[in-house]
Amino acid sequence: MSYWEFLAEHGGRFLDGTLITAGQFFLSAALAIAIALVAGLMKLSDNALIRTPAVVYIEIFRGTSLLVQLYWIFFVLPLFGITLEKFTAGFVAVGMNLGAYGAELVRGGIQSVPKGQWEAAYALSMSPARRMWRIILPQALVNMLPPWGNLLIELLKGTALVSLISVADLMFEAKQINGSTFLSAQAFGTALIIYYIFARLIVTPFMRWLETVMARKIGKA
Amino acid sequence: MEDLSQFPLELDGADRPMVSFRKVTKRYGSLTVLDNLDLDVAEGEMVSIIGPSGSGKTTVLRMLMLERIQGGVIYVDGQPLTHEVRDGALVPASERYLRRAREPIGMCFQHFNLFPHMTALQNCMEGPVQVLGLSRQEARARSEELLDMVGLIDKKDQHPSRLSGGQQQRVAIARALAMRPKVMLLDEVTSALDPEVIGEVTEVIRKLVREHRLTIMMVTHQMGFAADISDRVCFFYGGRIEEQGPPSELFGNPQKDRTRQFLSAVKSAD
Ligand SMILES: Nc1ncnc2c1ncn2[C@@H]1O[C@H](COP(=O)(O)OP(=O)(O)OP(=O)(O)O)[C@@H](O)[C@H]1O
Ligand SMILES: [Mg+2]
Repeated sequence: MSYWEFLAEHGGRFLDGTLITAGQFFLSAALAIAIALVAGLMKLSDNALIRTPAVVYIEIFRGTSLLVQLYWIFFVLPLFGITLEKFTAGFVAVGMNLGAYGAELVRGGIQSVPKGQWEAAYALSMSPARRMWRIILPQALVNMLPPWGNLLIELLKGTALVSLISVADLMFEAKQINGSTFLSAQAFGTALIIYYIFARLIVTPFMRWLETVMARKIGKA
Repeated sequence: MEDLSQFPLELDGADRPMVSFRKVTKRYGSLTVLDNLDLDVAEGEMVSIIGPSGSGKTTVLRMLMLERIQGGVIYVDGQPLTHEVRDGALVPASERYLRRAREPIGMCFQHFNLFPHMTALQNCMEGPVQVLGLSRQEARARSEELLDMVGLIDKKDQHPSRLSGGQQQRVAIARALAMRPKVMLLDEVTSALDPEVIGEVTEVIRKLVREHRLTIMMVTHQMGFAADISDRVCFFYGGRIEEQGPPSELFGNPQKDRTRQFLSAVKSAD
């Protein structure tokens, strides 16, 4: 059987798997960004009651393995009465894990904005929330876009683990096809290529484009 | 604990100063930068602050706008700034009160600190729209008028990165003025500039002094400029005002040794 025949026969399943992977990617990315923003801001608070939960969260999720977290969310949380559907459990685990890394990027990005910007905003009598939202965050965003590009690639790779709780993503389909055809090179080779294309031809160029747009907005390009 | 009852709850009377430091002490950790400073600035007065590096010049301005003090009280336009009145007594100001009390003050910095993600016009409109609640039209009209005043109306849609240092500092002045401050603080606004563009900024400051009834406190190393436009010059040394007076006297006939030494050192450096 040629590779083209292989593709003709199993292409549909690869496509289904890719769509699920894409869904996992976008949902977990959205969750990771939201968590990163909230936890990153909380970690910068002067108030220990606000800061501590963020510190603990970031420590736990960065300090333990994503796979263990995934199993916890899918297999252990139901014992405490929280049952998530496997698709949901998948992107929640990936989003929460990468969100903890993202929080550090948000914190670093905010801290990289020069003190003079805070002072200038304060000198206009802007409230703390306005200073953050209108002056500091837009500049922090520009500074942290490059590392976020890397993080999103990591996140994409991380989504492959959800196949282990039987979410029918790209990796899951590749394993299924391998199991029924024993064409390992073709099955996992195709998955490899699709992941690579997704990362290098979609995610990375999109982030580059975003960097250029933001740099232009800030008058740097 | 400091006895705050020695300080009045507010300053009244027609001749009350616009800015008043009463026995103000500022410390960074164990370092006392300003000790028991008394300084009054009248409405519409232009006061220059000179002195050697580390003498506390910047600190004087920062206490008005950015930092808390460890002793004494500062009043602006008759009202306490560093303290608020509660149950008929002065207590240290809350963050919210402090920010409110600082609304009538504008500040320009040595390194401009324009917002890089906004155009010149947006920089000027930010405060009026976000803080004063002006409509965009009103804020735009006000900002364009000020950018015109500083000679940069044709640059209004440029981002700071496209402007020279002198132009950036003029935008920063316009941005501060857009808040219609009563008091302007200028901290070495020409020190980061190339010599050939210093003139364009000092020209704007002259215009301010001539055309606006603004109270100005200016830290500067440009003795000639200070002599030219100030009503009064304060010479700081070691966190105290060593000597002060009209420029003709302070520069023409300084009384203190340290003043004379400083002035001759500055002159020989020029
Ligand atoms: N944030 C700070 N923490 C600790 N010490 C500080 C801080 N800011 C200023 N100082 C100290 O306070 C003193 C006065 O500083 P200030 O900046 O007011 O001096 P200056 O007269 O403006 O000097 P220059 O001409 O160099 O600008 C200096 O000894 C300085 O080291
Ligand atoms: Mg200084």
